[in-house]
Parts: sequence; structure tokens; C-alpha cells
Amino acid sequence: MKLLEYEGKNILREVQVPLPEFGGVIDKPAQINSILKRLKKGPWVLKAQVLAGGRGKAGGVKLAKTPVEARAFAKAMVGMKMATHQTHGQTLKVDQVLIEQGVKIEKEFYFSVAIDRKIGSPVLIASSQGGMEIETLAEDHPEAIIKKPVDPVFGLLPFAARALAFELGIPAEYISSFTKVATALVKLFINKDMSLLEVNPLVLTPKGFVALDAKIVTDDNALFRHEDFASRDDIESSPAEKEAKKHDISYVGLDGNIGCMVNGAGLAMGTMDTIALAGGSPANFLDVGGAANQERVERAFKIILKDPKVKTILVNIFGGIVRCDMIAEGILAALKKMKLKVPLVVRLEGTNSDKGREILDRSGTRLMTASSLWDAAQKSVQAAAGKI
Amino acid sequence: MSILLNKDSRIIVQGFTGSAGSFHAQKCLEYGSQIVGGVTPGRGGTTHLDRPVFNTVEEAVKKTGANVSLIFVPAPAAADSVMEAGKAGISLIICITEGIPVLDMAKAKQFLKIYAPQARLIGPNCPGVITPEESKAGIMPGYIHKKGPIGIISRSGTLTYEAVHQLTQKGLGQSTVVGIGGDPIPGSNFVDILDLFERDPKTEAIVMIGEIGGSAEEDAAAFYKAHMKKPLFIFIAGKSAPPGRRMGHAGAIVEGSSGTHASKIEALKNAGAIVIENLSEIGATVAKNFKPVAV
Repeated sequence: MKLLEYEGKNILREVQVPLPEFGGVIDKPAQINSILKRLKKGPWVLKAQVLAGGRGKAGGVKLAKTPVEARAFAKAMVGMKMATHQTHGQTLKVDQVLIEQGVKIEKEFYFSVAIDRKIGSPVLIASSQGGMEIETLAEDHPEAIIKKPVDPVFGLLPFAARALAFELGIPAEYISSFTKVATALVKLFINKDMSLLEVNPLVLTPKGFVALDAKIVTDDNALFRHEDFASRDDIESSPAEKEAKKHDISYVGLDGNIGCMVNGAGLAMGTMDTIALAGGSPANFLDVGGAANQERVERAFKIILKDPKVKTILVNIFGGIVRCDMIAEGILAALKKMKLKVPLVVRLEGTNSDKGREILDRSGTRLMTASSLWDAAQKSVQAAAGKI
Repeated sequence: MSILLNKDSRIIVQGFTGSAGSFHAQKCLEYGSQIVGGVTPGRGGTTHLDRPVFNTVEEAVKKTGANVSLIFVPAPAAADSVMEAGKAGISLIICITEGIPVLDMAKAKQFLKIYAPQARLIGPNCPGVITPEESKAGIMPGYIHKKGPIGIISRSGTLTYEAVHQLTQKGLGQSTVVGIGGDPIPGSNFVDILDLFERDPKTEAIVMIGEIGGSAEEDAAAFYKAHMKKPLFIFIAGKSAPPGRRMGHAGAIVEGSSGTHASKIEALKNAGAIVIENLSEIGATVAKNFKPVAV
């Protein structure tokens, strides 16, 4: 789960990482007035709270020198639609704007902690050329990026933080400020089970280091031990995705018109790929899980049908531990309870698949059984196009 | 021969008396695996499925001579179970549990490196390992497998069954099938298992099933090019998945430009692997391009 910048900064504040003077978070432009009364001294920075990088270029970060300017920016920013290079062609609505006091920047650094899958541990990434995006930096100045594995038990020890500070060319009088911030960030990453903690830029001011931004991604698998994260609303998930999650079904809505119900994440992705290869477009990713019983099948149908784009449903179940005849009965029972208005293609393979197909074929229910995944994909593509 | 697991493997089950542990231990026994006991703290001294239950892995190893542990312990305690198995001297740890916090796995890996260098970890979040007609330590449906020359390695469960099923239908049996799991930090990666298959005289060709996210497939491509001669067939799932969205597996997410379907396919193609684009054609493609030597 990704956190908004101000949520991330609230966590950083708890562990005494220096931040710009906090003004407030507003969801109505007029709310800026009380902030300007409290935070009298400008300049003020207004930042759109959306879950995407590249906000600056998209007009989501503004520096106001006067209260008049600040009010004008607030009016323009709250409610605006933003598209950055990270939103993949979609736009995000700005519901909230963070207001902070501007800081005097001497130099911008980059600092992040992430999971390095290759070495199987956290890794720290730092650069003396902060401010720009790490992907751009990696391309233009790979030599300016320092990568250090972080021990998941010890974290970043002070001596290692000091060595890093020298490597980054930080002036001697600011070494202890850097060490304090860097060790605190790594500790936070580990204690809070994060998958990513990025501070870009981490700026050097005359008073020491200040985290100007905070991008945090939490590890969903660890939510059971972080109630503060677990209780937070995942703003990136659609209502259908949240509903699915409640029932342990993993569902991701997509743009196409063929609804998919599959057991297993890999096979679900493979099914989407096969539909695409057959010339169609999947409406969703859906993994009903290993124990695909009648109740779950019914639940999955309901979730898929919430999407009005769905023109056909493809069910692809590989019966391993679950038996296909049971799945077939489950599908029929679910269909009896609900009126399905779109064509249904079912492919059952594995344990008792012949029996399962026979149950479906003999039921008299209007559905198509498929002999292979390819057959199923082709049939659903044709059905979605209204050809069969 | 085979890799990792054979008829002599002596397996214990951690989380033995829980519902998943009981169910799958029973299925493994039916397949003919040597399940020699299990561990459930507090239930030591009792028996379950006609096998002894122990309080600790250390005790189980001492009394049964187990060398493999199959873990079904729930996610919050699973990494601890992995470390316990390693410390007790188990050489093959197979962790089925899904949903383990990533940092728990990072710590467990580190622990194994220091305190249990003998241990190889497979998983977590995986279907396990099977050497057909010898031993099954996992949750895969045993009957779809058949003994033969193809080694299979995969990041996904049901996708593996799909591949195995297609191969078996074409008369192509498997030497060993290894599910390495869909998590960001797996105990073993593609390269580790490819290396074992390359050295295994009974494995003549390998089918590798990857998915988007991470760089394990790209690493496998480099390893294949430099160190392997056996034919390698690959399928990579997730071509149609949009970037930035997590598709069930914690590992299957494309971040930035790394780990895309295209980059993996290109790397593997350039390394000389045979790329299978259509999931339905895994069996047919292998049958067409590979003729087993030893029948």
C-alpha cells in the first residue's frame, strides 16, 4: 500500500526526522486562510497529495511568495486533475493539498531504502545529486548512485552511515546530522515493514538535513502487526477490489471486456495473456484461490459483474486439490441464484475434469465448455464480440 | 536420479496438526512420500496420521533422522519455523506458507546463511517439490505427474500444474518439478535450480515458467548462456498485466522499466532459450523440439 506524502511525513516526524515547518492539509481552498494565519512567514509550498511521482512537472507543486499567490494556487490545485508520467495515461484527482513552509536549500541529495530481490535484503540507495528522479539519474549519471546492502537485523550502523556521508561528499559539520537522519530512516523502514522509503530530495539546509518529500510503500503481508497501516483506507483500490479483498479473493480491475475467474495468480495472469493472444482484452485479474468452493465462485461472479464493461465471463480452473466436478456444481448453484446476462465460457482441467464438463453440459444451462485454454480464450473472444 | 528430493528423503511437516498441514501430509503419504513425523509445539508425544508429533524440529530430527521439512505454519510465525528447521540441521526446507512479511524472509535468509549453511530453502508461497513416482513434498496434485526427463521450475503454482499436465499428456515425464514461489525474496531462485538441473544426469531438458517483476528471469538468461547446454523452454506470464499493479503474487509487479515481460523474453531469447508465447502450447512446443535420449 502506498502512503500519501503527508502520511509518510507524519511517520517521519514521529522518529524525529527534520521536516519543513508543517502548515496543514486542506481539501477546500478556503481552508488555506487559517493556515496562512498560523504559518505567517512564507514562502509557502503547496503540494498535491496524489500517489504518483513527477508532480512538479504536472503543476502539482507550487511555491507561493505571497499570501495572495498561495490562495490562488490553493484554488487551482484542490480538485484539479493531474496526469504525470507515472500515471500511465490516467488522471488523478487532487483531493488534498499539503502546505508547508519553504526551506533554504543548499544542496539536494537522494536517499531511499528498498527491497533488493537479487540479494534478498534491504538496500540503501543514495546520491549527492537529488531532486531528479532516480530512474533519470540512473540513466544519466549511474556513477553518482551509491548502493549499499542493509543488514535486515542490524540496520544501518552509525559507522556505515558516517562512511556513506563521506562518500557523498557531505561537509564535516553536517556529518552527524546526516548520520542521525540516515540511521533513523533505515530503522523506520525495518520496524514498520516497508517495501520502499524514499526521500527525494533530502536537502541540506543551513540548519542540517531536512526531508523535503516522503514516499512510502508498506508491505501488505505485514499489516497484521501494524494496526496504524491496516486501519488506513487503501485509496488506490476500487470498491470492487476492496470487496474482493474482504473475501480473500485477489481482484484487479482492467480495461477490457472479458471477465476472468481463475484459480492461482500465475494461471490468472496466464489466462489474461491467452485472451490477449486470441485477440481479446481481459476485464480483470481474479484469483479465486485454492479452495474454490461454491460460495467463493458465487462471490467472484458478483465481483466480476460489478464491472459494466464485462461482455463475457471466462472461468478457467485447474483442479488440483479441488475437484472439477465440485467446481461445476458450484458454478451451477451460483448461476441458479443469480441471473447471468452475459455468455459464460468454462474450462475445467485436472482432477475429475471430464465429470465436471459432463455436469455442465448436461445441466441445460446456457454456457460453453472448452476443451483447452486456447479453445476457451477463442470462444470468449468471439462471445465478447457478439459472434457466438 | 533427480534433484532435491527422492524416494529416500525423510520428511517432517511443521504445522503438522493444523488443517492445511494434516490435509497435505495425508496426500503426500498417499503419494508414497516418506513422511516420518511432524512438529506442533505443545503436541509432542502424541501421534497424528500414525506418525509421531514432536515439540521442536531439533527433537524430530534426532528421533527420525529427517532431512527435509515441509512447512505449513501460518504466515506470522512461518519465518521462525524456517530458521528453526535450519538450526536443527534440516538440509531441504520447503515453505508452502504464503503472505510472509518480506523483511521476515530477509532475516530468515540471513539467519540460514550464518547458522545453517547446509540448508536449502524452497519457497515461501510455493507449491513445493515433487520427484514423480518417488516423493512429493508439497501441495501439487500428484497424479498429473509422470517420471521422465523434463525438469520444471516455476514461480507459480497452478501455472506449473498446467505445464506438467500438458507435458504428461504428450508423454513427456518430469525428473523433478520445483516451485520456487512468487514472493519478492525467494529462498532459492531460478539460477540455483537451473544449476542443479544442468548437473542432474536424468534431466535432459528444462521448462522454466516465470512471471513479470524482479530480475530473476534475466539472471537466469545470463546463467543459461554462460553455464548450460541442456535445452531450455520458457513461458513468462503477465504480458497483458498493466504496470504498477500487483497481480496476486507479491513478486508480480512491474516497477518502472525493470522486470517487464519484454525485457525477460528478450534476455532469454538472446541466451538461446526457446520461448513459448502461447500458454496452451507448452506441451506441444516441447514435444516438437525435444526428443528424449534415455527412455
